[in-house]
Amino acid sequence: MSDIIFTFLFFFMIITNIRQTESKVKFTMPNATEIRKLEKKQLVATIYIGAPISANENTLPPGKISVQLNDQTVKQENFSKDVRDFIATEKESRNEEDKQKLTFSIKADKDVQMRYINQIKTELRRNNALKINYATGKKSEIATINNASNIY
Amino acid sequence: MAKRPLPGINTAAMADISFLLLSFFLLTSSFDTEQGIPRRLPTPNDETPKTMQINQRNVFVIKINFNDEIFAGGEVIALHQLTERTKEFLENSHNADNLPEKELKYINKIGEFPVSKGIISLQNDQNTSYNMYVQVQNELQRAVNELRNKVSLQYFGKVYDRLDTTSQNAVQKAVPGKISEVQPSTFGKDE
Repeated sequence: MSDIIFTFLFFFMIITNIRQTESKVKFTMPNATEIRKLEKKQLVATIYIGAPISANENTLPPGKISVQLNDQTVKQENFSKDVRDFIATEKESRNEEDKQKLTFSIKADKDVQMRYINQIKTELRRNNALKINYATGKKSEIATINNASNIY
Repeated sequence: MAKRPLPGINTAAMADISFLLLSFFLLTSSFDTEQGIPRRLPTPNDETPKTMQINQRNVFVIKINFNDEIFAGGEVIALHQLTERTKEFLENSHNADNLPEKELKYINKIGEFPVSKGIISLQNDQNTSYNMYVQVQNELQRAVNELRNKVSLQYFGKVYDRLDTTSQNAVQKAVPGKISEVQPSTFGKDE
């Protein structure tokens, strides 16, 4: 009995990754079909974009959208600096070889306007963080066909 | 001296503890794997190629407006039409005059292959929804993937995903699927 439970236990211990950052924004990722899995978790730095969960988070005008880096939402006035620092610290914490492979994954809510994504992309590009990823969920093929006719 | 029988360890408590741990990991585990559409941004010193002369026929202009409508190749199209249009553009199977030129290039493992010079130019509006943008990127990726699959089936007899890295690189060179993103437009000047 306890052997079986132990086997299960080990299975889950290996499988789990305890969430390191607590998300301060709400987001439902868009779904897509042509997705790739990112190889290693250690090589991914995530940027969250969405509506803030609590009212006292920093937001960016005009849509009241928060951009979360690490544990904090970004203030509009030091947006550039914060993104730059975030990229720098993320790069710093990896060794030389991994720096090249570091991917910045953008986890954004599907209803967010592109202006926020564009801002982030501009900053990433300016700071030479060129490998990016639009995080999505998986959409089944059947759903795709149905949606295609529903959209218009 | 007579051997004393080993006292048995009571495992009942152990099962309890493991159950507790098990339920903890069950609750905390999240199966969401990191997945998405990978893209590469252009390098920062890469100025927009305004001075570079690109033939009109080699550019497929896609614009997504603030209302999430797609303009591709000069007309409004629905999302599901985009893949076909993109494939048509990149493949140019009938060598039409208004579709991109091809250049015979020698590619390792494939040989001479007519590589399309087509570039997809994608422009979004500041008010485009992220969902629509991802859907469009997805359709474009699907078009490129389908063309790559076609080439790899033709030359290697396998789908692209099953190829080894060198063959994948060869197919990538044969079907580059270049997407260039134009600076987004600002329709509503509310910034």
